[in-house]
Amino acid sequence: MTSELDIFVGNTTLIDEDVYRLWLDGYSVTDAVALRVRSGILEQTGATAAVLQSDTMDHYRTFHMLERLLHAPPKLLHQLIFQIPPSRQALLIERYYAFDEAFVREVLGKKLSKGTKKDLDDISTKTGITLKSCRRQMESCSVAQAGVQWRDLSSLQPPPPGFRDYAAIVFFANNRFETGKKKLQYLSFGDFAFCAELMIQNWTLGAVGEAPTDPDSQMDDMDMDLDKEFLQDLKELKVLVADKDLLDLHKSLVCTALRGKLGVFSEMEANFKNLSRGLVNVAAKLTHNKDVRDLFVDLVEKFVEPCRSDHWPLSDVRFFLNQYSASVHSLDGFRHQALWDRYMGTLRGCLLRLYHD
Amino acid sequence: MPGKLKVKIVAGRHLPVMDRASDLTDAFVEVKFGNTTFKTDVYLKSLNPQWNSEWFKFEVDDEDLQDEPLQITVLDHDTYSANDAIGKVYIDIDPLLYSEAATVISGWFPIYDTIHGIRGEINVVVKVDLFNDLNRFRQSSCGVKFFCTTSIPKCYRAVIIHGFVEELVVNEDPEYQWIDRIRTPRASNEARQRLISLMSGELQRKIGLKVLEMRGNAVVGYLQCFDLEGESGLVVRAIGTACTLDKLSSPAAFLPACNSPSKEMKEIPFNEDPNPNTHSSGPSTPLKNQTYSFSPSKSYSRQSSSSDTDLSLTPKTGMGSGSAGKEGGPFKALLRQQTQSALEQREFPFFTLTAFPPGFLVHVGGVVSARSVKLLDRIHNPDEPETRDAWWAEIRQEIKSHAKALGCHAVVGYSESTSICEEVCILSASGTAAVLNPRFLQDGTVEGCLEQRLEENLPTRCGFCHIPYDELNMPFPAHLTYCYNCRKQKVPDVLFTTIDLPTDATVIGKGCLIQARLCRLKKKAQAEANATAISNLLPFMEYEVHTQLMNKLKLKGMNALFGLRIQITVGENMLMGLASATGVYLAALPTPGGIQIAGKTPNDGSYEQHISHMQKKINDTIAKNKELYEINPPEISEEIIGSPIPEPRQRSRLLRSQSESSDEVTELDLSHGKKDAFVLEIDDTDAMEDVHSLLTDVPPPSGFYSCNTEIMPGINNWTSEIQMFTSVRVIRLSSLNLTNQALNKNFNDLCENLLKSLYFKLRSMIPCCLCHVNFTVSLPEDELIQVTVTAVAITFDKNQALQTTKTPVEKSLQRASTDNEELLQFPLELCSDSLPSHPFPPAKEHLESASSNSGIPAAQRAMTVEKASPVGDGNFRNRSAPPCANSTVGVVKMTPLSFIPGAKITKYLGIINMFFIRETTSLREEGGVSGFLHAFIAEVFAMVRAHVAALGGNAVVSYIMKQCVFMENPNKNQAQCLINVSGDAVVFVRESDLEVVSSQQPTTNCQSSCTEGEVTT
Repeated sequence: MTSELDIFVGNTTLIDEDVYRLWLDGYSVTDAVALRVRSGILEQTGATAAVLQSDTMDHYRTFHMLERLLHAPPKLLHQLIFQIPPSRQALLIERYYAFDEAFVREVLGKKLSKGTKKDLDDISTKTGITLKSCRRQMESCSVAQAGVQWRDLSSLQPPPPGFRDYAAIVFFANNRFETGKKKLQYLSFGDFAFCAELMIQNWTLGAVGEAPTDPDSQMDDMDMDLDKEFLQDLKELKVLVADKDLLDLHKSLVCTALRGKLGVFSEMEANFKNLSRGLVNVAAKLTHNKDVRDLFVDLVEKFVEPCRSDHWPLSDVRFFLNQYSASVHSLDGFRHQALWDRYMGTLRGCLLRLYHD
Repeated sequence: MPGKLKVKIVAGRHLPVMDRASDLTDAFVEVKFGNTTFKTDVYLKSLNPQWNSEWFKFEVDDEDLQDEPLQITVLDHDTYSANDAIGKVYIDIDPLLYSEAATVISGWFPIYDTIHGIRGEINVVVKVDLFNDLNRFRQSSCGVKFFCTTSIPKCYRAVIIHGFVEELVVNEDPEYQWIDRIRTPRASNEARQRLISLMSGELQRKIGLKVLEMRGNAVVGYLQCFDLEGESGLVVRAIGTACTLDKLSSPAAFLPACNSPSKEMKEIPFNEDPNPNTHSSGPSTPLKNQTYSFSPSKSYSRQSSSSDTDLSLTPKTGMGSGSAGKEGGPFKALLRQQTQSALEQREFPFFTLTAFPPGFLVHVGGVVSARSVKLLDRIHNPDEPETRDAWWAEIRQEIKSHAKALGCHAVVGYSESTSICEEVCILSASGTAAVLNPRFLQDGTVEGCLEQRLEENLPTRCGFCHIPYDELNMPFPAHLTYCYNCRKQKVPDVLFTTIDLPTDATVIGKGCLIQARLCRLKKKAQAEANATAISNLLPFMEYEVHTQLMNKLKLKGMNALFGLRIQITVGENMLMGLASATGVYLAALPTPGGIQIAGKTPNDGSYEQHISHMQKKINDTIAKNKELYEINPPEISEEIIGSPIPEPRQRSRLLRSQSESSDEVTELDLSHGKKDAFVLEIDDTDAMEDVHSLLTDVPPPSGFYSCNTEIMPGINNWTSEIQMFTSVRVIRLSSLNLTNQALNKNFNDLCENLLKSLYFKLRSMIPCCLCHVNFTVSLPEDELIQVTVTAVAITFDKNQALQTTKTPVEKSLQRASTDNEELLQFPLELCSDSLPSHPFPPAKEHLESASSNSGIPAAQRAMTVEKASPVGDGNFRNRSAPPCANSTVGVVKMTPLSFIPGAKITKYLGIINMFFIRETTSLREEGGVSGFLHAFIAEVFAMVRAHVAALGGNAVVSYIMKQCVFMENPNKNQAQCLINVSGDAVVFVRESDLEVVSSQQPTTNCQSSCTEGEVTT
């Protein structure tokens, strides 16, 4: 006696959260059944392994059918085939678009398209996340990048918590920030997401608050691309290090203010010009796409590493950066105060987040 | 020209990509009714076209309105080649043809293609303007209401129950026509769908005509089936019960206080107080004077002017003269006389109802059934389907005579079915022989009824158990005792019926699902020989099924079966029998004896030991079951009961082989002590198997109950969560040396495993009960067995379940003081918990919110409850959800029951009767057979829900999947499935909302249902 066909269809689609998780994690039916058996469900319910197998298959089939709709969340809301209560719909979407930080850390800044999919295998081996799950997460990222669908998500109350993180992922992917270099390995996804949020808020076109001319087509790019004009203007900051007098004046202002307050004052004093040059040159280089990609590498190389090698405590870094950016206001010869604030305000936040072991 | 049909195509959404190059679609719509077709403009390059068409108007006969479906086809415009069809929507406009139901059909319908399934949705608005029809010789029967529900629908009362109506129409099956060889599968499927739609329309119209002829205005318990006879044709047949229904005058949702006259009005027709005292003492006193003044001025009571002979309406005199309040001989005789004369007018005194107005059912005789095996031949003249008619007439005649033999004049809970394999067809009919109260069967004058009502003391709670036949001249050997309830009349020791448990019956403990399963191998044969072989096997099958049922019933410690349904399925090389019923312990019937096992060779020591071991196991099981189902009948000493009727020889003994004498059995009194213990003799391995299989049935896990009747006896505090589901399993038998035993075991395992799976799947609903569990078996191929189950899981409140045992008087008092008729029994407990000064207590969740934010006015509060409700399954989301523009799809509940727990049905919108075919030539790609069928059934549900929502409804009751024919050909990567479903579309209102609604305008209901239709646009 072999089972040819075995299905269960409810008027309200049954969603088993545990099985959904197993499915999302990319386990095969057999593995999922084994894991469920291990969870002790048979003892709790008095069911047999065959029942569990049939139940798991059934849920997997349902999820498989739902996947098409999950790729476009608004469709899930309006479709008629599966009657799912709204709270469950939200849960389905939220869980589907949840990702493993380990995975995202790997793909951060890479192109979210087919090019990297051949690398999924490597990521899967490296992180221990199943290939299926990697593939799903990759696709979720692409869906998020396509962006269009996500605007409708506002109809889902409240918006999925993962939404902000997706903004970071897409922002990094759009700007192709390099995050994979060895010296950046110590940074977590959270660090990058934090920086991304600051940059989205301050450095993009959308941040300036210019009304988009065509709301449908431009909106996403507004938030997801850096403000080109702003980047061009950053060249003007170069005067801070190019003009020797200005640089000296800046240094003395900072040193006067910080004397006695900094544990690493002498190191700071010795390194000031280097650090300042580093920070300003990073700004000046941002005109070129290639250099934009290396933003984080540069920041770590030019600022984080020198400070770290001198064993600056985090509080001293904060004091220094505050003073460093504030002092510029007292430089009479410098005319780009607003530009400097827009640049340094964000950069200060990022650097503080990036400064750890 | 009595009707104008108006159709507007509004928009489409989620259309499939038809043009690969642009990833878009140029869609337009064809609207077809009869032979007229309209087209919309082509909406270029969009997957979400906005046609916003003008109103397409069809001027048609009402005959066509009834027969034809509205056919909407969505196509992709193609400049160079033929336009590609995206899919179709068939809309049955019947619900628009009677005034009380829906007024407009408006909403999103899934666009269905028989090859690709659902492909997007289309928004359509349909209206009908009916002109008054003065032609008395018309062929249409617009205005006759149809209900699938097998009881009097909740917001109606039965004025007269006329009786049986039946009709069948036949046609050639398009699948077998010569043209099918040259057309595409899609065209063939669509031809079939359309034909069946047409045929069922025609059938419904013809039945409607018969109802009008009987001067009825409705068909209740309407059951329509298709017989796919293959080469020989396609038969669509239907049976039902013609009634004159009167809409209850007060809107059900409008019930302010307990004592208001409007409530009394409603209660009147159903009043069934067994205790005459409550009549005078209870608050229901005023009803006596004001009752039965039903006015025929309702809009739907069509004055069919034709003055035909009064077929069914025999003018009755002497109705009111029912003397003496006693249920004594003279009265009974009189009653019988009346019933007889009322029923004898009818060719077939059959009723498809399974639940009745109180007092309708007087006595129940037992199950009557008839089967016959026929050889199918080609139907030569579709307009004269005489052979099929004759076959059924023959069977019905047999049923009638069986009923007569049981001393009954009527058959209730009547149903018909077929099983077809190649050219052999088994026709089956079954029902419950009964004696009915004539009051409902004729146009008695108002006074007469009233008078009778006052004097009559008839419907006691045990009355229906009393034997209708003559005890000295019994049609079959039975063991009679005096009724354990009234001690006056005789009752049988067990009672089998096909009906639901009467609401007023006293039951001890809970009920349970009991199934008998049986397979018999048969040689493959052709035509005549095959038919003969089958007819020879049938009696044995029936006998064994009955034996199994009886054994299992005893094993459960119960004494009656309700909702019995025996299905015999014929296959190429086997016959399958599956009987399902709900076992209960009726207080009026005697305590069942145990089961005794008797060995054939008592000399063998080890054998005897084995026997006694088995016996012990059986006794343990009985004891366990009694505990499980809470069966603790009050002990009654023998003297009170009086001696049993003397016929010890004839007690219902079951003999395995007829030759054995019974005397040796008594030695082995291992006992349940009862003198009428049931004896099982084990004389061969076969019998041993049977005993083993008896013991293998595992009870459901704790917290679960199951039954195949409407409600579970012994549970009456349902909460509102329901989950209807369909589960299908197909197993392939290993073809090698199949024996009957192996076959039985396989089949048994299949059913048991299926049940176990259901319990596991629904474990989050515990405590809950699977109600209306409906198993269907088919044998699609040589070695395949397919079992389809449809049921509904309903949660109930465990804490309140403890106090279910109330004294009858208390119960009847409650009944008199609260208005529960529409809801059967379940809210009784809720009501009784509250103080009498607060007769309509808000439901639980309402109370909670009231305590938390008491400053908010009631209406608003209800809204907040609805929104904040944490109940996951959207129980509170549905109904007239606040109409906001971005509202998602409204929830539509589906249930095989005639009611929705915790809710009141306020309106019936019409019958839903849909037939779908789905075919695939890429089976593997669609996830194999399971993936294919899973998707298809989900789509069928979706289409039913969409139609109901478009009618303005929020639920389907009495839903049934009548057919699910699945064929596969894995080698060709193909599969095909046909599904036929039906039910009643309704509007319901949660009880917790009733209070709110009642404080608002009475029109709220109507409005909300209308707006709902528009919300979806």
